[in-house]
Amino acid sequence: MPSLPIVNSESSDIEINLLLEAIYQKYGYDFRQYSEAHIRRRLTNRLMLSGLSSISEIQHNVLHDPVFASQLLQDLSITVTEMFRDPPFYKYIRENVIPILKTYSFIKIWHAGCSTGEEVYSMAILLKEEGLYERSTIYATDFNEFALDKAREGIYAAEIMKEYTSNYQQAGGKKSFSDYFIADYDMAIMDQSLKKRVVWANHNLVTDSVFAEMNMILCRNVLIYFNRDLQNRVQKLFFDSLTNGGILALGSKESLRFSTLEDHYQELDKKYRVFKKKY
Amino acid sequence: MAHKYKAIVMGCSAGGLSLMKELLPALPSDFTLPIIIVQHISANSDNIWVHLLNTMSRLHIKEINEKDLIQPGNVYVAPPNYHVLVENDETFSLSVDEKVNYARPSIDVLFESASHVYKDQLIGIVFTGSNHDGAAGLRKIKEGGGLTIVQEPSTAEYSSMPLAAIAATKTDHILPLEKIIPLLINLSNPIHP
Repeated sequence: MPSLPIVNSESSDIEINLLLEAIYQKYGYDFRQYSEAHIRRRLTNRLMLSGLSSISEIQHNVLHDPVFASQLLQDLSITVTEMFRDPPFYKYIRENVIPILKTYSFIKIWHAGCSTGEEVYSMAILLKEEGLYERSTIYATDFNEFALDKAREGIYAAEIMKEYTSNYQQAGGKKSFSDYFIADYDMAIMDQSLKKRVVWANHNLVTDSVFAEMNMILCRNVLIYFNRDLQNRVQKLFFDSLTNGGILALGSKESLRFSTLEDHYQELDKKYRVFKKKY
Repeated sequence: MAHKYKAIVMGCSAGGLSLMKELLPALPSDFTLPIIIVQHISANSDNIWVHLLNTMSRLHIKEINEKDLIQPGNVYVAPPNYHVLVENDETFSLSVDEKVNYARPSIDVLFESASHVYKDQLIGIVFTGSNHDGAAGLRKIKEGGGLTIVQEPSTAEYSSMPLAAIAATKTDHILPLEKIIPLLINLSNPIHP
Protein backbone atom coordinates (compact mmCIF):
# COMPACT_ATOMS: atom_id res chain seq x y z
CA MET A 1 0.00 0.00 0.00
CA PRO A 2 1.43 3.44 -0.90
CA SER A 3 2.17 5.70 2.04
CA LEU A 4 0.02 8.79 2.50
CA PRO A 5 1.50 12.24 2.05
CA ILE A 6 1.86 13.99 5.41
CA VAL A 7 0.37 17.47 5.63
CA ASN A 8 1.09 18.09 9.29
CA SER A 9 3.77 15.92 10.77
CA GLU A 10 2.81 16.55 14.38
CA SER A 11 0.14 14.06 15.36
CA SER A 12 0.10 15.38 18.91
CA ASP A 13 -0.90 18.86 17.67
CA ILE A 14 -3.84 17.33 15.84
CA GLU A 15 -4.79 15.27 18.87
CA ILE A 16 -4.68 18.36 21.09
CA ASN A 17 -6.95 20.29 18.72
CA LEU A 18 -9.43 17.42 18.67
CA LEU A 19 -9.35 17.11 22.45
CA LEU A 20 -10.05 20.83 22.95
CA GLU A 21 -12.90 20.59 20.45
CA ALA A 22 -14.31 17.58 22.35
CA ILE A 23 -14.12 19.42 25.70
CA TYR A 24 -15.88 22.41 24.17
CA GLN A 25 -18.65 20.39 22.54
CA LYS A 26 -19.27 18.20 25.56
CA TYR A 27 -18.79 20.60 28.48
CA GLY A 28 -18.87 24.10 26.97
CA TYR A 29 -15.42 25.07 28.28
CA ASP A 30 -13.48 26.68 25.48
CA PHE A 31 -9.70 26.33 25.56
CA ARG A 32 -9.34 26.45 21.78
CA GLN A 33 -7.82 29.92 21.80
CA TYR A 34 -5.42 29.35 24.67
CA SER A 35 -1.66 29.31 24.15
CA GLU A 36 -0.90 25.96 22.50
CA ALA A 37 2.45 25.55 24.22
CA HIS A 38 0.81 26.07 27.62
CA ILE A 39 -1.96 23.56 26.89
CA ARG A 40 0.56 21.04 25.56
CA ARG A 41 2.63 21.35 28.71
CA ARG A 42 -0.37 20.80 30.98
CA LEU A 43 -1.59 17.83 28.94
CA THR A 44 1.87 16.26 28.87
CA ASN A 45 1.96 16.46 32.67
CA ARG A 46 -1.48 14.86 32.93
CA LEU A 47 -0.42 12.16 30.48
CA MET A 48 2.56 11.23 32.66
CA LEU A 49 0.52 11.22 35.88
CA SER A 50 -2.36 9.23 34.42
CA GLY A 51 -0.34 6.47 32.82
CA LEU A 52 -2.27 6.92 29.57
CA SER A 53 -0.32 6.58 26.37
CA SER A 54 -1.66 9.35 24.13
CA ILE A 55 -3.69 12.53 23.99
CA SER A 56 -6.35 10.56 22.10
CA GLU A 57 -6.73 8.33 25.15
CA ILE A 58 -7.18 11.43 27.27
CA GLN A 59 -9.93 12.45 24.86
CA HIS A 60 -11.67 9.10 25.24
CA ASN A 61 -11.56 9.41 29.04
CA VAL A 62 -12.75 13.01 28.98
CA LEU A 63 -15.83 12.05 27.01
CA HIS A 64 -16.72 9.00 29.09
CA ASP A 65 -15.45 9.69 32.61
CA PRO A 66 -16.85 12.83 34.30
CA VAL A 67 -14.38 12.58 37.20
CA PHE A 68 -11.44 12.48 34.82
CA ALA A 69 -12.97 15.36 32.85
CA SER A 70 -13.27 17.52 35.92
CA GLN A 71 -9.65 16.75 36.84
CA LEU A 72 -8.54 17.79 33.38
CA LEU A 73 -10.46 21.06 33.62
CA GLN A 74 -8.46 21.84 36.75
CA ASP A 75 -5.25 21.03 34.86
CA LEU A 76 -6.14 23.43 32.08
CA SER A 77 -7.29 26.35 34.18
CA ILE A 78 -4.92 28.90 35.65
CA THR A 79 -4.88 28.71 39.42
CA VAL A 80 -1.52 30.16 40.41
CA THR A 81 -2.02 33.24 42.57
CA GLU A 82 -0.99 34.76 45.89
CA MET A 83 -1.97 37.54 48.29
CA PHE A 84 -0.58 40.94 47.37
CA ARG A 85 1.13 39.38 44.38
CA ASP A 86 3.75 41.89 43.14
CA PRO A 87 3.65 44.00 46.33
CA PRO A 88 4.87 47.18 44.58
CA PHE A 89 1.79 46.97 42.35
CA TYR A 90 -0.50 47.12 45.39
CA LYS A 91 1.55 49.96 46.81
CA TYR A 92 1.07 51.79 43.54
CA ILE A 93 -2.69 51.17 43.66
CA ARG A 94 -2.84 52.40 47.25
CA GLU A 95 -0.98 55.59 46.49
CA ASN A 96 -2.25 56.44 43.03
CA VAL A 97 -5.55 54.71 42.26
CA ILE A 98 -7.25 54.86 45.66
CA PRO A 99 -7.32 58.70 45.49
CA ILE A 100 -9.25 58.39 42.20
CA LEU A 101 -11.68 55.84 43.66
CA LYS A 102 -12.21 58.10 46.70
CA THR A 103 -13.97 60.61 44.47
CA TYR A 104 -16.81 58.13 43.83
CA SER A 105 -19.73 57.71 46.18
CA PHE A 106 -20.06 54.07 45.25
CA ILE A 107 -17.27 51.90 43.84
CA LYS A 108 -17.66 48.82 41.65
CA ILE A 109 -14.61 46.64 41.13
CA TRP A 110 -14.42 43.57 38.91
CA HIS A 111 -11.74 41.03 39.67
CA ALA A 112 -11.78 38.92 36.49
CA GLY A 113 -10.23 35.46 36.70
CA CYS A 114 -9.89 35.56 40.48
CA SER A 115 -9.08 31.84 40.83
CA THR A 116 -8.87 30.87 44.52
CA GLY A 117 -9.44 34.45 45.68
CA GLU A 118 -6.13 35.51 47.24
CA GLU A 119 -6.00 38.77 45.32
CA VAL A 120 -9.65 39.49 46.10
CA TYR A 121 -8.96 39.38 49.83
CA SER A 122 -5.89 41.54 49.22
CA MET A 123 -8.03 44.18 47.54
CA ALA A 124 -10.67 43.95 50.30
CA ILE A 125 -7.97 44.57 52.91
CA LEU A 126 -6.61 47.51 50.98
CA LEU A 127 -10.05 49.09 50.57
CA LYS A 128 -10.74 48.58 54.29
CA GLU A 129 -7.56 50.31 55.32
CA GLU A 130 -8.33 53.20 53.02
CA GLY A 131 -11.85 53.56 54.42
CA LEU A 132 -13.53 52.66 51.12
CA TYR A 133 -14.68 49.12 51.73
CA GLU A 134 -18.18 49.93 52.98
CA ARG A 135 -19.04 51.78 49.78
CA SER A 136 -17.43 49.24 47.48
CA THR A 137 -18.60 46.05 45.81
CA ILE A 138 -16.04 43.59 44.47
CA TYR A 139 -17.33 41.27 41.77
CA ALA A 140 -14.97 38.31 41.88
CA THR A 141 -15.38 35.96 38.96
CA ASP A 142 -13.86 32.80 37.54
CA PHE A 143 -15.08 29.98 35.31
CA ASN A 144 -13.51 27.36 37.54
CA GLU A 145 -16.16 26.41 40.10
CA PHE A 146 -13.69 24.51 42.30
CA ALA A 147 -11.40 27.52 42.52
CA LEU A 148 -14.39 29.76 43.20
CA ASP A 149 -15.55 27.52 46.06
CA LYS A 150 -12.12 27.76 47.60
CA ALA A 151 -12.22 31.52 47.19
CA ARG A 152 -15.62 31.72 48.90
CA GLU A 153 -14.36 29.65 51.82
CA GLY A 154 -11.33 31.87 52.29
CA ILE A 155 -9.25 29.22 54.03
CA TYR A 156 -5.58 29.01 53.14
CA ALA A 157 -2.53 27.13 54.38
CA ALA A 158 -1.16 28.79 57.51
CA GLU A 159 2.35 28.08 56.31
CA ILE A 160 2.10 30.37 53.32
CA MET A 161 0.78 33.27 55.40
CA LYS A 162 4.35 34.14 56.38
CA GLU A 163 5.13 34.86 52.76
CA TYR A 164 1.91 36.84 52.42
CA THR A 165 2.75 38.84 55.52
CA SER A 166 5.94 39.98 53.88
CA ASN A 167 4.03 40.84 50.70
CA TYR A 168 1.47 42.78 52.74
CA GLN A 169 4.16 44.84 54.44
CA GLN A 170 5.93 45.59 51.16
CA ALA A 171 2.57 46.59 49.68
CA GLY A 172 2.30 49.36 52.28
CA GLY A 173 -0.01 47.56 54.72
CA LYS A 174 -0.99 49.77 57.65
CA LYS A 175 -1.79 47.21 60.31
CA SER A 176 -0.65 43.78 61.37
CA PHE A 177 -1.50 41.23 58.68
CA SER A 178 -2.49 38.70 61.34
CA ASP A 179 -5.48 40.94 62.15
CA TYR A 180 -7.11 39.68 58.96
CA PHE A 181 -7.23 35.97 59.63
CA ILE A 182 -7.60 33.43 62.42
CA ALA A 183 -4.92 30.77 62.53
CA ASP A 184 -6.32 27.35 63.30
CA TYR A 185 -3.68 24.60 63.37
CA ASP A 186 -2.31 24.53 59.83
CA MET A 187 -5.09 26.69 58.39
CA ALA A 188 -5.64 30.41 58.16
CA ILE A 189 -9.29 31.44 58.01
CA MET A 190 -9.84 34.86 56.49
CA ASP A 191 -11.84 37.35 58.54
CA GLN A 192 -15.53 37.06 57.63
CA SER A 193 -15.91 40.85 57.37
CA LEU A 194 -13.64 40.79 54.31
CA LYS A 195 -16.30 38.86 52.40
CA LYS A 196 -19.13 41.27 53.19
CA ARG A 197 -18.81 43.35 50.05
CA VAL A 198 -17.67 40.56 47.71
CA VAL A 199 -20.00 39.01 45.14
CA TRP A 200 -18.57 35.71 43.92
CA ALA A 201 -19.83 34.68 40.49
CA ASN A 202 -19.14 32.19 37.76
CA HIS A 203 -18.11 34.02 34.62
CA ASN A 204 -16.12 32.79 31.64
CA LEU A 205 -14.07 35.45 29.85
CA VAL A 206 -14.04 33.34 26.70
CA THR A 207 -17.76 32.85 26.30
CA ASP A 208 -19.66 35.22 28.62
CA SER A 209 -20.52 38.88 28.17
CA VAL A 210 -19.99 42.25 29.83
CA PHE A 211 -20.16 43.15 33.51
CA ALA A 212 -21.50 46.66 33.32
CA GLU A 213 -20.44 49.98 34.85
CA MET A 214 -17.23 48.99 36.59
CA ASN A 215 -14.97 51.66 38.09
CA MET A 216 -12.02 49.32 38.14
CA ILE A 217 -11.12 45.98 36.55
CA LEU A 218 -8.24 43.81 37.73
CA CYS A 219 -7.16 40.95 35.50
CA ARG A 220 -3.53 40.10 36.05
CA ASN A 221 -1.63 37.28 34.37
CA VAL A 222 -4.66 35.77 32.71
CA LEU A 223 -4.39 37.28 29.22
CA ILE A 224 -0.86 35.89 28.76
CA TYR A 225 -2.44 32.45 28.40
CA PHE A 226 -4.64 33.56 25.48
CA ASN A 227 -3.86 33.90 21.79
CA ARG A 228 -4.17 37.32 20.21
CA ASP A 229 -7.75 36.92 18.95
CA LEU A 230 -8.98 35.92 22.38
CA GLN A 231 -6.97 38.70 24.01
CA ASN A 232 -8.72 41.18 21.74
CA ARG A 233 -12.12 39.76 22.61
CA VAL A 234 -11.43 40.06 26.33
CA GLN A 235 -9.97 43.56 25.96
CA LYS A 236 -13.20 44.60 24.24
CA LEU A 237 -15.17 43.02 27.06
CA PHE A 238 -13.20 45.02 29.64
CA PHE A 239 -13.52 48.23 27.66
CA ASP A 240 -17.30 47.83 27.39
CA SER A 241 -17.54 46.99 31.10
CA LEU A 242 -15.64 50.05 32.34
CA THR A 243 -17.18 53.44 33.05
CA ASN A 244 -15.46 56.43 31.47
CA GLY A 245 -12.45 57.19 33.64
CA GLY A 246 -12.46 53.58 34.88
CA ILE A 247 -9.18 51.85 35.75
CA LEU A 248 -7.81 48.71 34.08
CA ALA A 249 -5.01 46.84 35.86
CA LEU A 250 -3.14 44.11 33.95
CA GLY A 251 -0.19 41.83 34.76
CA SER A 252 3.36 43.17 34.60
CA LYS A 253 4.00 41.60 31.18
CA GLU A 254 0.59 42.33 29.71
CA SER A 255 -0.24 45.34 27.62
CA LEU A 256 -2.67 46.92 25.20
CA ARG A 257 -0.01 47.21 22.51
CA PHE A 258 -1.75 44.89 20.06
CA SER A 259 -5.21 46.02 20.97
CA THR A 260 -7.17 48.39 18.76
CA LEU A 261 -8.40 49.95 22.01
CA GLU A 262 -4.97 51.23 23.04
CA ASP A 263 -5.82 54.81 21.97
CA HIS A 264 -8.91 54.81 24.15
CA TYR A 265 -6.87 54.46 27.32
CA GLN A 266 -4.41 56.69 29.09
CA GLU A 267 -1.46 54.79 30.53
CA LEU A 268 -1.22 55.73 34.21
CA ASP A 269 1.84 53.63 34.88
CA LYS A 270 4.09 51.83 32.44
CA LYS A 271 5.72 49.52 34.96
CA TYR A 272 2.60 48.39 36.78
CA ARG A 273 0.44 48.32 33.63
CA VAL A 274 -2.37 50.45 34.96
CA PHE A 275 -4.61 52.20 32.43
CA LYS A 276 -7.44 54.70 32.60
CA LYS A 277 -10.30 54.66 30.12
CA LYS A 278 -10.55 58.08 28.50
CA TYR A 279 -13.65 60.23 28.85
CA MET B 1 21.97 29.27 1.22
CA ALA B 2 20.30 27.52 4.10
CA HIS B 3 20.74 26.98 7.78
CA LYS B 4 20.70 23.62 9.41
CA TYR B 5 19.68 25.27 12.66
CA LYS B 6 16.97 27.84 13.40
CA ALA B 7 17.49 28.75 17.04
CA ILE B 8 19.68 28.34 20.11
CA VAL B 9 18.30 27.94 23.63
CA MET B 10 20.55 28.46 26.63
CA GLY B 11 20.10 27.87 30.33
CA CYS B 12 22.23 29.13 33.17
CA SER B 13 21.84 29.67 36.88
CA ALA B 14 24.44 30.58 39.50
CA GLY B 15 27.45 32.05 37.73
CA GLY B 16 25.44 32.78 34.61
CA LEU B 17 25.61 36.55 34.60
CA SER B 18 29.40 36.75 34.37
CA LEU B 19 29.36 33.98 31.78
CA MET B 20 26.89 35.90 29.62
CA LYS B 21 29.08 38.96 29.91
CA GLU B 22 31.84 36.97 28.26
CA LEU B 23 29.73 35.09 25.74
CA LEU B 24 27.35 37.63 24.23
CA PRO B 25 29.81 40.46 23.45
CA ALA B 26 32.00 37.86 21.69
CA LEU B 27 29.36 37.11 19.07
CA PRO B 28 29.67 38.99 15.76
CA SER B 29 27.02 41.33 14.36
CA ASP B 30 26.26 38.87 11.53
CA PHE B 31 25.45 36.08 13.98
CA THR B 32 22.12 35.04 12.53
CA LEU B 33 20.65 32.43 14.85
CA PRO B 34 18.22 33.81 17.42
CA ILE B 35 19.33 33.02 20.99
CA ILE B 36 16.83 32.44 23.79
CA ILE B 37 18.15 32.53 27.34
CA VAL B 38 16.75 31.47 30.68
CA GLN B 39 18.91 32.83 33.51
CA HIS B 40 17.64 32.02 36.99
CA ILE B 41 17.16 35.32 38.78
CA SER B 42 15.26 36.78 41.73
CA ALA B 43 11.53 37.27 41.10
CA ASN B 44 11.90 40.95 41.97
CA SER B 45 14.89 41.64 39.75
CA ASP B 46 14.51 44.45 37.22
CA ASN B 47 16.74 42.51 34.81
CA ILE B 48 19.00 45.54 34.46
CA TRP B 49 21.80 43.23 33.28
CA VAL B 50 19.93 42.76 30.03
CA HIS B 51 20.24 46.48 29.24
CA LEU B 52 23.87 46.56 30.33
CA LEU B 53 24.75 43.59 28.13
CA ASN B 54 22.89 45.14 25.23
CA THR B 55 25.20 48.14 25.33
CA MET B 56 28.24 45.81 25.42
CA SER B 57 27.14 43.57 22.57
CA ARG B 58 26.77 43.82 18.80
CA LEU B 59 23.57 41.79 18.90
CA HIS B 60 20.22 43.14 20.00
CA ILE B 61 19.59 41.80 23.51
CA LYS B 62 16.12 42.23 24.97
CA GLU B 63 13.78 40.97 27.65
CA ILE B 64 10.97 38.88 26.21
CA ASN B 65 7.48 40.26 25.83
CA GLU B 66 4.62 37.87 25.28
CA LYS B 67 3.84 37.26 21.57
CA ASP B 68 7.23 38.59 20.43
CA LEU B 69 8.17 37.00 17.11
CA ILE B 70 11.47 35.11 17.25
CA GLN B 71 13.77 36.69 14.69
CA PRO B 72 17.39 36.27 13.60
CA GLY B 73 20.00 38.56 15.10
CA ASN B 74 18.24 38.87 18.43
CA VAL B 75 19.02 37.59 21.89
CA TYR B 76 15.92 37.05 24.01
CA VAL B 77 16.06 36.85 27.79
CA ALA B 78 13.30 35.45 30.01
CA PRO B 79 11.66 38.02 32.31
CA PRO B 80 11.98 37.40 36.07
CA ASN B 81 9.15 35.34 37.59
CA TYR B 82 7.72 34.12 34.25
CA HIS B 83 8.20 30.87 32.38
CA VAL B 84 8.92 31.25 28.67
CA LEU B 85 7.39 28.93 26.07
CA VAL B 86 7.82 28.84 22.30
CA GLU B 87 4.67 28.53 20.18
CA ASN B 88 4.34 26.74 16.84
CA ASP B 89 4.18 30.10 15.05
CA GLU B 90 7.60 30.98 16.54
CA THR B 91 6.28 33.53 18.99
CA PHE B 92 6.76 33.56 22.74
CA SER B 93 4.21 32.84 25.44
CA LEU B 94 4.77 33.66 29.09
CA SER B 95 3.27 31.84 32.03
CA VAL B 96 3.11 32.20 35.80
CA ASP B 97 2.52 28.49 36.34
CA GLU B 98 4.03 26.86 39.39
CA LYS B 99 7.80 26.76 39.62
CA VAL B 100 9.62 23.88 37.92
CA ASN B 101 12.80 22.67 39.64
CA TYR B 102 12.21 25.49 42.16
CA ALA B 103 12.65 27.96 39.33
CA ARG B 104 10.51 30.42 37.39
CA PRO B 105 11.67 30.93 34.69
CA SER B 106 12.63 27.29 34.29
CA ILE B 107 15.14 26.07 31.71
CA ASP B 108 13.23 22.80 31.21
CA VAL B 109 10.01 24.65 30.32
CA LEU B 110 11.80 26.67 27.62
CA PHE B 111 13.80 23.73 26.25
CA GLU B 112 10.84 21.35 26.05
CA SER B 113 8.55 23.78 24.24
CA ALA B 114 11.33 24.95 21.89
CA SER B 115 12.18 21.35 21.05
CA HIS B 116 8.59 20.67 20.07
CA VAL B 117 8.72 23.55 17.59
CA TYR B 118 12.28 23.39 16.21
CA LYS B 119 13.02 19.65 16.56
CA ASP B 120 16.34 18.85 14.85
CA GLN B 121 16.88 22.51 14.01
CA LEU B 122 17.48 23.45 17.63
CA ILE B 123 20.72 23.84 19.57
CA GLY B 124 20.47 23.55 23.36
CA ILE B 125 23.20 24.57 25.80
CA VAL B 126 23.39 24.07 29.57
CA PHE B 127 25.85 26.32 31.39
CA THR B 128 26.93 26.90 34.99
CA GLY B 129 24.45 26.41 37.84
CA SER B 130 23.96 24.72 41.17
CA ASN B 131 20.81 22.69 40.58
CA HIS B 132 19.55 20.30 37.89
CA ASP B 133 17.21 22.47 35.83
CA GLY B 134 17.79 22.00 32.09
CA ALA B 135 18.71 18.32 32.29
CA ALA B 136 15.27 17.01 31.31
CA GLY B 137 14.94 19.73 28.68
CA LEU B 138 18.27 18.90 27.09
CA ARG B 139 17.26 15.25 26.91
CA LYS B 140 14.09 16.31 25.09
CA ILE B 141 16.17 18.32 22.61
CA LYS B 142 18.39 15.29 21.99
CA GLU B 143 15.35 13.05 21.48
CA GLY B 144 14.01 15.57 18.98
CA GLY B 145 17.23 15.34 16.97
CA GLY B 146 18.66 18.68 18.10
CA LEU B 147 22.26 19.46 18.96
CA THR B 148 23.18 19.33 22.66
CA ILE B 149 26.07 21.22 24.22
CA VAL B 150 27.11 21.39 27.87
CA GLN B 151 29.75 23.58 29.47
CA GLU B 152 32.58 21.35 30.64
CA PRO B 153 31.80 20.98 34.36
CA SER B 154 35.37 21.53 35.56
CA THR B 155 35.42 24.90 33.79
CA ALA B 156 31.99 26.02 35.03
CA GLU B 157 31.75 28.30 38.04
CA TYR B 158 29.11 25.90 39.43
CA SER B 159 29.24 22.37 38.08
CA SER B 160 26.00 20.69 39.31
CA MET B 161 23.83 21.83 36.43
CA PRO B 162 26.29 20.77 33.68
CA LEU B 163 26.86 17.44 35.48
CA ALA B 164 23.11 16.78 35.76
CA ALA B 165 22.63 17.57 32.06
CA ILE B 166 25.48 15.24 31.03
CA ALA B 167 24.03 12.47 33.21
CA ALA B 168 20.56 12.90 31.70
CA THR B 169 21.37 12.50 28.03
CA LYS B 170 23.98 11.87 25.40
CA THR B 171 25.66 15.23 24.95
CA ASP B 172 27.12 16.10 21.55
CA HIS B 173 29.71 18.56 22.84
CA ILE B 174 31.15 19.04 26.31
CA LEU B 175 33.36 22.12 26.05
CA PRO B 176 34.71 25.09 27.98
CA LEU B 177 33.12 28.44 27.13
CA GLU B 178 36.07 29.61 25.00
CA LYS B 179 35.48 26.65 22.67
CA ILE B 180 31.70 26.95 22.69
CA ILE B 181 31.93 30.49 21.27
CA PRO B 182 33.74 29.56 17.99
CA LEU B 183 31.53 26.47 17.67
CA LEU B 184 28.41 28.60 17.79
CA ILE B 185 29.82 31.10 15.31
CA ASN B 186 30.59 28.23 12.97
CA LEU B 187 27.13 26.68 13.37
CA SER B 188 25.53 30.06 12.73
CA ASN B 189 27.14 30.36 9.29
CA PRO B 190 24.79 29.52 6.43
CA ILE B 191 25.39 26.22 4.68
CA HIS B 192 26.49 26.73 1.06
CA PRO B 193 24.82 24.17 -1.19
